Amino acid sequence: MSVQHAVFIILSAIALIGALGVVLNRRLFRSALFLVLSFVGVAGFYILLEAELLAMIQLLVYVGAIAILIIFAIMLSRQAMVADDKVLNEQWALGWLVAVLLFAALVYVLVKVNWPVVEVAVPANSIQRLGESLVNPNGFVLPFEVASVLLLVALVGAVIIAREK
Amino acid sequence: MQVPLSWYLIVAAALFCIGLYGVLSRRNAIGILMGVELMLNAVNVNLIAFWRYVEAVRATMAGQVFAIIVITVAAAEAAVGLALIIAIYRNRHTVDVTEADQLKL
Repeated sequence: MSVQHAVFIILSAIALIGALGVVLNRRLFRSALFLVLSFVGVAGFYILLEAELLAMIQLLVYVGAIAILIIFAIMLSRQAMVADDKVLNEQWALGWLVAVLLFAALVYVLVKVNWPVVEVAVPANSIQRLGESLVNPNGFVLPFEVASVLLLVALVGAVIIAREK
Repeated sequence: MQVPLSWYLIVAAALFCIGLYGVLSRRNAIGILMGVELMLNAVNVNLIAFWRYVEAVRATMAGQVFAIIVITVAAAEAAVGLALIIAIYRNRHTVDVTEADQLKL
């Protein structure tokens, strides 16, 4: 077992404990803090997969923006530290069954399929190539521009929906 | 010695299913949104893992670009979703999705 394996197991533990904390905690505010833990674990996966830019984006966008937005919404909508008496709806047992069955099916497929894996090092200029492919007309310039329009629409839409009449 | 691809895929599948359980079982709309964010994160781990391990995908950087687009959509979804939740809370003084059923016949 190499260092990478050990780091992977630690990161998995962080991400999965965070995720379980999100769905099992009765206090919504603590769920949001566990969500931050899970996001940090996933950012560690990106570093292990040699996608450093993605790791930074993960920390900036998810931990820095989305998690803060969620905590903000919790504080605006209810008393943050109060535990709910009814956290789950009536179909929680069915939901649990669906989640376990889906996990079993996914693991079965993942183990069964022979993935065409190649053991090659990532080129050193991968961040440069990512930036170039985002603005290359033969690459991904259209989704890139559509994403900017989407963010603008979401910005205006969120302001209009949440505005006090 | 690298970590096998299937390890990443199994952890991502576990993250996805935990998020799915949160979406299906929570009463609180913000809790549901947090489950959706977990599921999107799991998908991103899959995309980056495939980008890293499968050469045909890596030649085009498509995996990383797709992951960035998914993060963009997740941010937009969180902003609009939380705005909707605040609007519902302002009108009905609850964030319980089982009580927000005006559209039901």
